[in-house]
Amino acid sequence: MKDPAVSEAPVSPPKAAKSPQDRSGYLFILPWFIGMAFTIIPFFASLYLAFTDYNLLNVPNWIGLENFAEMFSDDTWWQSVKVTFVYTFVSVPLSLAAALGVAMLLNRGVRGLPVYRAIFYLPSLLGGSVALVLLWRYIFGLNGIVNAFLGFFGIEKISWTSDPDYALTTLIILHIWTFGSPMVIFLAGLKQIPAMYYEAAAIDGANKWQQFRKITLPLLSPIIFFNLIQSLISSFQTFTQGFIFSGGKGGPANSTMFYNLYLYKQGFEQFHMGYASAMAWMLLIIIAAFTGLNFLLAKRWVHYDN
Amino acid sequence: MTTDESYIERIGNTRRKRFTKHLLLCLVSIVMLYPLLWLVSSSLKPAGIVFKDLSLWPAEWDFSNYTEGWTALEFPFDLYLVNSVVIVVLSILGNLLSCSLAAYAFARLNFRGRKLFFALTLGTMMLPGHVLLVPQYIVFAKLGWLNTYFPLIVPNFLATSAFYIFLMVQFIRSLPKELDEAARIDGAGTFRIFWSVILPLCKPAFATTAIFTFISTWNEFFSPLLYLTEQELYTVPLAVRQFIDSEGQSQWGQMFAMSFVSLAPVIGFFIAGQKYLVKGIATTGLK
Repeated sequence: MKDPAVSEAPVSPPKAAKSPQDRSGYLFILPWFIGMAFTIIPFFASLYLAFTDYNLLNVPNWIGLENFAEMFSDDTWWQSVKVTFVYTFVSVPLSLAAALGVAMLLNRGVRGLPVYRAIFYLPSLLGGSVALVLLWRYIFGLNGIVNAFLGFFGIEKISWTSDPDYALTTLIILHIWTFGSPMVIFLAGLKQIPAMYYEAAAIDGANKWQQFRKITLPLLSPIIFFNLIQSLISSFQTFTQGFIFSGGKGGPANSTMFYNLYLYKQGFEQFHMGYASAMAWMLLIIIAAFTGLNFLLAKRWVHYDN
Repeated sequence: MTTDESYIERIGNTRRKRFTKHLLLCLVSIVMLYPLLWLVSSSLKPAGIVFKDLSLWPAEWDFSNYTEGWTALEFPFDLYLVNSVVIVVLSILGNLLSCSLAAYAFARLNFRGRKLFFALTLGTMMLPGHVLLVPQYIVFAKLGWLNTYFPLIVPNFLATSAFYIFLMVQFIRSLPKELDEAARIDGAGTFRIFWSVILPLCKPAFATTAIFTFISTWNEFFSPLLYLTEQELYTVPLAVRQFIDSEGQSQWGQMFAMSFVSLAPVIGFFIAGQKYLVKGIATTGLK
């Protein structure tokens, strides 16, 4: 039985307090709601366009799976897949390894940690900028400092930027050089592992490698996994590096024709909007497949507490 | 006795180890900083000797690369700087306003669909931007927004950056709920609580958002490339890119000088806001 005096008390009961909150909640997310419409509607529109032939001027013309069929017979498309895959599967593991290695060096008892951390982190903030990719072109130029350095060891000049065998390598090195942001995340993760574990392991006679295998790797595995997924997704979407490095052409000999660069050229230079949409969806499928595969494999090596 | 010996051995070991550690870290530091130092030094060398004088310390100091580079493009470089600043400032404002509103609602308010909406927000973090590219371009074109800053700024006022919402939700959740309740008892409405109680406490999360927005918007190349075709509207990255066509030796120095001008604000913000950047990246994995 309810006492009417209670519900009329000056402090409003929880139920009465809840309903005005409901309405203001929608007001608070109103901008978000409009923004979400700007995401969801284009999402489905792009799916539709992927099955059309569309050049911005005429009405989209439904052609079914033709765009996808064309991709598989398009040599440049295959080349862009190859470039993006080589770039991702070489540079992501190497940059994560560098990030983890350096984070472990910084983890315990290093004086000047903030200074080192700042120095290692700075390049990752600049790495995707136009100025830095331009700089990279000149560092690896025929008369650049890299060739000068190699010449010091008697190695002959390599035409890094104009030889199709080396151009992508140069951008892979640029990617590895920006290991700073995963490093900061690793460092935060390493700080969570109690020093006690290592002391106990040392007393039991475990060497450094065993400590790394049995303590660091398992306890850090969720963070390694997180960094891996993040790096894969962003690496698959590389654009500026290829565009600036090759003056927008993806050369030499399409060796820096990243997937998104080819998508841009198809959509906004050739105005093949339908083909570009189909390419975007193909990329989404590729990314989803690799992310899904990673989640499946994660069960074997990622350990969560409890 | 034995424990003492092993203790002494450990100290000696640590000292040697410490030295090796610092040696390694210094080597890595050189690799990380050398390209940037080379950029600065090359920008100060007289035209034509950039690739002859490979030392970091210019034998001859020459600031003409800066004065000449400033006016080497169709418009003086300050125009591009102002364009970028306008876009960056409005983007920061938009992100702070719209993301904090959404974050407060997701963290504190009860309304139907809240959990679903929040999950949707997190889901968009995984979505590659290029999937939305073509339809968004068509919409902006139909709105007559090509060659305006609207496509670059308006999305920021619509809470489209899931990362910042997530960052702020995490932050607001860490604030004690009693604050809201006390204010409510004092007669404050929901918006009043948000504005007068929560926002002032959110300064660290705001600082992180502002700095990250600054750096990513300042460096952003793809969207301006897509939406801005008139030189007068160019942002700094588009301007710097113009130097690519001029392959003449005399212009390398100017390119390096203007490249450094384009990087300097990021480096400045980085030094000023390092604390917030590191915290932000460590807690949300923002890159």
